[in-house]
Amino acid sequence: MAPEAQATLHEADAHGRDHEHEHHEDSFIRKYIFCTDHKMIAKQFLITGIFWAVIGGALSLIFRLQLGFPEMDLAWLQPVLGKWITAQGKLDPEFYLALVTMHGTIMVFFVLTAGLSGTFSNLLIPLQIGARDMASGFMNMLSYWLFFVSSVIMFGSMFVEAGPAGGGWVIYPPLSALPQAIKGSGLGMTLWLVSMVFFIASSLIGSINYISTVINMRTRGMKFSRLPLTIWAFFLTAIVGILSFPVLFAAALLLVFDRSFGTSFYLSEIYIGGEALPNVGGSPLLFQHLFWFLGHPEVYIVLLPALGITSEIIATNARKPIFGYKAMIGSMMGIAFLSFVVWAHHMFVSGMNPFLGSIFMLLTLIIAVPSAVKVFNYLTTLWRGNLVFTPAMLFSIGLLSFFISGGLTGIFLGNSAIDVQLHDTYFVVAHFHLVMGSAAFFGMVAGVYHWFPKLYGRMMDKKLGYLHFWITFIGAYMVFFPMHYIGIAGFPRRYYSFTNFDAFSSFADLNSFVSVAAVATVGVQFIFLFNFFYSMYRGRRAPKNPWRSNTLEWTTPVNPGHGNWEGEIPAVHRWPYDYSKPGASEDFIPQNVPLSETPESNLPHEKKALESKKK
Amino acid sequence: MMKLVIAAGGIMILVALFLIFRIYTLASAAKGKNKKPVDSSNKWNAALIVLSIGGMLVAAAWYSVKYFDDYTVPVASEHGTEVSRLFWWTMAVTGIVFIVTHILLFVFSARYQYSEKRKARFYPDNGWLEMVWTVIPALVLTGLVISGLKTWNTMTAKSPSDAENIEIMGYQFAWKVRYPGSDGVIGKYDYRLIDATNVFGMDFSDQANFDDFSPREIHIPKGKHVQFKIRSRDVIHSVFAPHFRLKMDAVPGMPTRFGFVANKTTEEMRQETGNPDFDYEIACTEVCGRGHFSMKIKVIVEEPEVYEKWKAGQKSWLSKNQDYIVKVPKKLKEAAVIKAGLEED
Repeated sequence: MAPEAQATLHEADAHGRDHEHEHHEDSFIRKYIFCTDHKMIAKQFLITGIFWAVIGGALSLIFRLQLGFPEMDLAWLQPVLGKWITAQGKLDPEFYLALVTMHGTIMVFFVLTAGLSGTFSNLLIPLQIGARDMASGFMNMLSYWLFFVSSVIMFGSMFVEAGPAGGGWVIYPPLSALPQAIKGSGLGMTLWLVSMVFFIASSLIGSINYISTVINMRTRGMKFSRLPLTIWAFFLTAIVGILSFPVLFAAALLLVFDRSFGTSFYLSEIYIGGEALPNVGGSPLLFQHLFWFLGHPEVYIVLLPALGITSEIIATNARKPIFGYKAMIGSMMGIAFLSFVVWAHHMFVSGMNPFLGSIFMLLTLIIAVPSAVKVFNYLTTLWRGNLVFTPAMLFSIGLLSFFISGGLTGIFLGNSAIDVQLHDTYFVVAHFHLVMGSAAFFGMVAGVYHWFPKLYGRMMDKKLGYLHFWITFIGAYMVFFPMHYIGIAGFPRRYYSFTNFDAFSSFADLNSFVSVAAVATVGVQFIFLFNFFYSMYRGRRAPKNPWRSNTLEWTTPVNPGHGNWEGEIPAVHRWPYDYSKPGASEDFIPQNVPLSETPESNLPHEKKALESKKK
Repeated sequence: MMKLVIAAGGIMILVALFLIFRIYTLASAAKGKNKKPVDSSNKWNAALIVLSIGGMLVAAAWYSVKYFDDYTVPVASEHGTEVSRLFWWTMAVTGIVFIVTHILLFVFSARYQYSEKRKARFYPDNGWLEMVWTVIPALVLTGLVISGLKTWNTMTAKSPSDAENIEIMGYQFAWKVRYPGSDGVIGKYDYRLIDATNVFGMDFSDQANFDDFSPREIHIPKGKHVQFKIRSRDVIHSVFAPHFRLKMDAVPGMPTRFGFVANKTTEEMRQETGNPDFDYEIACTEVCGRGHFSMKIKVIVEEPEVYEKWKAGQKSWLSKNQDYIVKVPKKLKEAAVIKAGLEED
C-alpha cells in the first residue's frame, strides 16, 4: 500500500478512536434515542420490530378465534376491543376485515421489512465489510425515526372511531377509496396512507445508505467476490427496494388524490350508497399494476435478507463452505431481477388481457429456477458437513423446509390455468405464509440467536432456544399445512364465516385445529421474548467468537464501541467460507488471516497468488 | 373472585417456571463452562429433525388419502377437467420434489452431526452438478408452462357467436343476473340510470332491453357454451364457481367475461356426490366489505330442453316493472309493449 494511503488510514483510525472516546460521554439521548451508531439503530429497529410482531400476532389470534370457533362468545374481549364486539359477543364483520388488513400490513412492512432488513442490514453491513459505521450515520438515524413516525401513525390508526383500514393489505380501490363502501376506508385508510408515506421514505433512505456503504466502505481486500452472502443479500435487497418502493408511493399518492381531491385515476362508473358518483374513465386495474410492481418485489425484499442470514448461519454451523458461492450470488441476482417482471401473476383473474397472463406465467415459472438452485445448494452444504445444531442453525433448517414447501406451491399459483381455481383461496394464504411469512420470520429469529452475542455481548439461553424452535416449527406447519386442503376445497380468504355456502360448510374441525395450533405457536413466542430480554441483562457473557465464525464482526471486541474496532480495521485476505479447509489445524480460518500464515492449507491457486505477490 | 383466583394461579405458575429456569442456569454455570463446541443436545436435536419431518410427511400422506373426497371439488365443466388434470400433474411433480428434499434434509441432519474426530468435507463448488440442477428444473418447468399455456389459451378463448350470454353484476352485497331474452342481445346500460328498482341501470332507449329478464337464480344449459358477462357497479367483486373452475373479477367501469361449458347437470352432480341437496353456487372472492362472505347465488345446470323451456317461461323485467315504460322514448313504445310482452290496458 502507498504510504500516503497508509497515513490517511491511520488518521481515520485515530479519528475513529477519538470518536469512540467522545461517545463515552454521550448523553442518554445521544446514546439511546437520537443515535447515529449503526449498532444502536439496529437495536432500535429490532425492538420496534418485536413490538409490531407482538401486535401482529395478537391480531391474528383474534381472527383465528373467529374462524376456528365461530360460535364462541367473545364478550371477554370487550374490555380490549370495545364496540367491535357486538352485544351478542360476536366479532364485528368489518372489524374482522380490519384485523386481517392490519395483520398483513404490520407483518409484511413493519416486521419483515423494517424489522428484518432494518435490524440486520444496519448491524451487519459495517461489521462484516469492515467499516466504522454507515456511509451516513445521520441518514441512518433519520431512517429509523421516519420508521418510528410511521409506526406511531399506523398504531394510532387502530384507535380511531371508524376503525383502521379494512380493505385488505393490498388496499384495492374502489373499496379503499370510498368511505361509503366500508368504514375502514375513512380516517383509518387516510392514516394508513400517511403512515406508508413515512415508511417508504424511511425504507428509501435506509436502502441508499446500505448501497453506498457496501460500495464505498469495504475494508482493504474486501472485494465483492469476498463479501459474505449476508451482505450480498442486503445489498440486492436494498437495490430492489429503491427501485420498487417509489412505485408504491406513486400508487398511494394517486389514491390520496382520488380519495380527497375528486380525481378519477382508479374510479369509474360507480353507483354506491344510492348515488352515482361523477367519476368516469379511471381504472382499478391501474392501481393493481402499480401496487404489485412493488408488492411482488416486496416478497423478495422480505425473503432475500432471510436467505442471506441463513446462508451465513448454515455455512458456519455446518463447518463447511457454502456450496456454490458464485451460484448463490448469481441466483440472488436472478431473483432480484426477475422479481420485477412477474408482478401481474397476482392479477390473472383481474380482467387483465389473457395474453398478458401468458407472458407473466412464463416469467413467473422462470423465477422458480434460481430458487431451486438455492435449495439444492443449501442441501449440498449440509451434505458431509459437521453439523452443530445451535438454535440459529435449527431455525435456518426450518427456513429451508418452509422455503421448499411454500416455494413448491408457488408453481401451482404461477400457472394461470390452475390459479383460476386457487386464486384468493386459503391455498394462497398457506403458500405465502410459508414461503414469505414463516421463512422470513425464521430467518429473522435465526439472525437474532446468531448475532445476539454481537448485539448485547451475552449469549441467549440455548435450551429455551430449542424449546422455542421445536414448538414454533411444528406449530407453524400445523397452522399452515392444513390450509392447503382448505384452499384446494375452494374456501375463499378474508371470509368472516363459511356458513352461508354449502360448498364451504365442511372443515369446521380443521379450522379449529388450525386455530388451536396458532394460539400455541404465538404463545410460545413469549419464551423467546423472555429469553431475549432476560439474556440481555443476565445471559452468559459471550466469548469473542462464540460460533467460531470467519466473518469480520467476530474480530471486534465483545462489546464494540462506536467505531467498532479499537485499533486499525482488519484487512481481508480470503473469502468468508474457509471452513474445514484440508490441512488447517482448526476447522475455520477467519477472513483477516493472511494466506502467508496458512501455508499448510492453501489451495494451489492461492499458493500461486501468494508467490506472484511476493515477486 | 374466580377470575382473580385464575389470574393468581397463572402468575404463580409463571413465577415457578422462572425459578426453575433460574436454578437450572445457576446450576449449569456452577458446573463450569463446557469447552466443547457441542453437547448432548446436538444428538437429540438431530433425532427430533428426523422425527418431526418424518412425522409431518406421514401425517400429510395420511390426511391426503383419508380425506381425499372432502377436500377435492368435483369438476363440472369442460375446461375444468383440463385444469384439474394440470393441478394433479403439478401435484405429482412438486410432491416428489417435496418428499425427496425433505428426506435429504433429515438424512443429512442425522448423518452428519458434529464430531470432533471428523472434519467436514471442503466442497466449495461443482460446476457440473450445478448445471444439472439448473437445467432439470428448467426443463420440468418448461413442460408445466407449455401445458398450462395450452389450457389457459382454450379457457380464455373468445366465446362462439351462438354462446348463451348471461350478465352477472356484483354489488354490495349480492349478485344480479340478466338474460338477453328472445332477441339474444343484452341491452345497453348506464350507471347513471341506476335506481332502487332498475338495479342494472338499463337504458330503455335501447330496444334490446325490452325483453331482458332477471331471475333470482342462474340457469344454464348443459353442454352448451355459456359466456358470463361480468361487471360491478360499486367496488371490485369476483365471481367464483368452484365446481366449474371459474373465477373472474367484477370490476366497476371495466366489464370482464368468462366462457365455459358445463358438463354435468345439477341432478347428475347430486347423484355423483350422493348429496340430494347439492347445488352449484357462486361466491365472491375479492374482498368487498362487510358482507363479502355472504354474496351467494345459486346456479342450476339443466338439460338444454329443460333450459329452453325455463327460459321461454320467464317474464321480461319491463313487464314486471311497468312503471318504467315512461322511460321508453315515444317512437319505441309500441315495440316495447310487444317485445316485453306487456298486456294492453
